[in-house]
Amino acid sequence: MYKILTMKALNPTVMQMEIESPLVARKAQPGQFIILRVDEDGERIPLTVAGTDPARGAVKIIFQIVGATTYKLSLKSEGESIQDFVGPLGKPTELEGLKKVAIVGGGVGCAIALPIAEKLHEMGCEVHSYVGFRNKDLVILEDEFKAASDKLIMMTDDGSYGRQGVVTVPLQEALEAGEAYDEVITIGPLIMMKFVVATTKPFGVKTTVSMNPIMIDGTGMCGGCRLTVGGKTKFACVDGPDFDGFEVDFDEAMSRGASYRDFEKHAYDEACNLFKKEVQ
Amino acid sequence: MPNMSLKKNPMPAQEPEVRAHNFKEVALGYTEEQAIDEANRCLNCKNPLCVKGCPVNVPIPQFIKKVQEGDFEGAYQVISLTSSLPAVCGRVCPQETQCEAKCIRGIKGEPVGIGRLERFVADYHNEHATEAPEKPASNGHKVAVVGSGPAGLTCAGDLAKKGYDVTVFEAFHLAGGVLVYGIPEFRLPKAIVQKEVDTLKTLGVKVETNMVIGKTLTIDELMEEYGFEAVFVGSGAGLPRFMRIPGESLKGVYSANEFLTRNNLMKAYRDDATTPILRAKKVAVVGGGNVAMDAARTALRLGAEEVSIVYRRSLEELPARKEEVEHAMEEGIQFRLLNNPVEILGYNNPDDKRDPKNGSVIGMKCIKMELGEPDASGRRSPIEIPGSEFVLDVDCVIMSIGTSPNPLIKDTTAGLEVNRWGGIIVTEETGATTKPGVYAGGDAVTGAATVILAMGAGKTAAAAIDKQIMGE
Repeated sequence: MYKILTMKALNPTVMQMEIESPLVARKAQPGQFIILRVDEDGERIPLTVAGTDPARGAVKIIFQIVGATTYKLSLKSEGESIQDFVGPLGKPTELEGLKKVAIVGGGVGCAIALPIAEKLHEMGCEVHSYVGFRNKDLVILEDEFKAASDKLIMMTDDGSYGRQGVVTVPLQEALEAGEAYDEVITIGPLIMMKFVVATTKPFGVKTTVSMNPIMIDGTGMCGGCRLTVGGKTKFACVDGPDFDGFEVDFDEAMSRGASYRDFEKHAYDEACNLFKKEVQ
Repeated sequence: MPNMSLKKNPMPAQEPEVRAHNFKEVALGYTEEQAIDEANRCLNCKNPLCVKGCPVNVPIPQFIKKVQEGDFEGAYQVISLTSSLPAVCGRVCPQETQCEAKCIRGIKGEPVGIGRLERFVADYHNEHATEAPEKPASNGHKVAVVGSGPAGLTCAGDLAKKGYDVTVFEAFHLAGGVLVYGIPEFRLPKAIVQKEVDTLKTLGVKVETNMVIGKTLTIDELMEEYGFEAVFVGSGAGLPRFMRIPGESLKGVYSANEFLTRNNLMKAYRDDATTPILRAKKVAVVGGGNVAMDAARTALRLGAEEVSIVYRRSLEELPARKEEVEHAMEEGIQFRLLNNPVEILGYNNPDDKRDPKNGSVIGMKCIKMELGEPDASGRRSPIEIPGSEFVLDVDCVIMSIGTSPNPLIKDTTAGLEVNRWGGIIVTEETGATTKPGVYAGGDAVTGAATVILAMGAGKTAAAAIDKQIMGE
């Protein structure tokens, strides 16, 4: 069992938790992920590591309540435990030698982008962060991003905070204005990453995307997380989760990602109904 | 007077039409009378060839003699001398190519049902044994075992019996490796695996789950920081292979590993499952090994109306265990032999890009094959018959064509050499790798093979580790 050290809501649907796992805390690097199970018989879900505090043995995870498992996780309290927690899995994001980088995050993906921005900032790299949310209420980690960025561009879909529009608009403007990034690192919904890649490709700026496909073991055994990258089959859990954005087949990844949509929706509704009944 | 019947006592089993709809064990096991009757078929040869056919050299005539005498617990003690997982081996070993292949009785008639007897003896023991095995006195030496499948459990058991302080590291949340995620309940009940793991724990073996060696901790850390004097790597086979044909990323295409893991480890077959699995109507399983049979029979039990094994060679070359093929045929699995997939076809609604059915499997194009000259493996190689393509109507395809070794340990362990296929290089007699103090065995070395070969490798390495540490 793995103890929940701290937890707080970052916005109405996004939670932050610190889980006690000294070995993972000691090892995890930006870009890596963990797999957890909330309870016995629970499903295994992958979540990217959002930060670590090795001295306290704490691993930070940030997740959006999207399905039955994340919903059940959100109902836990500080001091309680979860059944399983394993990691760090996947390869760390390669950051060595970078001097000027654009970080492009969307929604809860910003939580995963943050440790990368922080690490780059710490290395003395110039960091420009482009972060996008649906609206003001959903904005997370703004102060943290400010602290880790030389430039922060805040976007909301409805214009209720920062600039109105999607992250690719200011990114496009910057590239057109001659911003010379060594690399663009983007993390967020597949559709957003697909458009970020479409934006950077004409400029030939190396673009790394962080993929988060369906996974079971996370150690290269099941092959459920396979993606087509440069025409070849790759496994996100051992070959990734970072890939060259120009090579990833996003349409296929989106289609595969929806394999169990009906099951997931049903499971989520069931979990919510159960909870409602308990409350009543 | 030996029983001179030419046939084995048949194995009682659930009726095919019943078992095709449940996940309970198919073979039910001998009764005491059947076991004694079958044991009486053994001639107790002076020079028992069966023992030579067994990768862990179980003293077969000796244990069968005990069965003849009705001393079933005594028989178990005999098997235990060399095998640590008899209840498992009795169920999943390919006896027809090992012990039973060498049995004298097999020259005229059927060989003695050694596997069935082994299973009977192990089940008898599990049911009747009351005394927990005693924890051996500690010798104070620490050994780490990576992976809790058949290789790791065997190595851990042998070392624990000698008094070693053994810790098994398992990446999953549950110990057992392929015995729990791969082999289905209807062939190997999970309670049996759990019992074997529990027995090891009473011998003092510690099992640490959620530990991915190569990630959570490295082999060097185990040896340098945690004081393990030797490490045995039994991490199993790795990444599933695909055919590299169009359509393998469609929704409804699984590797056998994924399909079986969802069902077996994650219990997707249960009504209250939290892990989803596609409940397909028409399923094609590509491949002819035990894993392919397991996947096909699992798909059937999940409610498929039609399940086919698609295999590019003929029945004769089918590598699966004979009993599994027979069971599969009885259950109505169709064997589409001498066929090879060339493309998996997906649904695509040209009028609606958002149609949720887009990208789902709607068929598999195959080509007919014929057998040519024997290839390097000695098997006749299949050749495509030009123009013989046809489309199989399926909504799910399960690829069961083998695996390639997992890179996690190789990539993080300096000095550990692998061959060009990625298998860890070992000295066969000891299991020693190129890195001092590190041993390996099972699928991590050989690529996908059998439970018993992995156990044999675990055993070999345990003896070598003992020699290394005690010799110092």
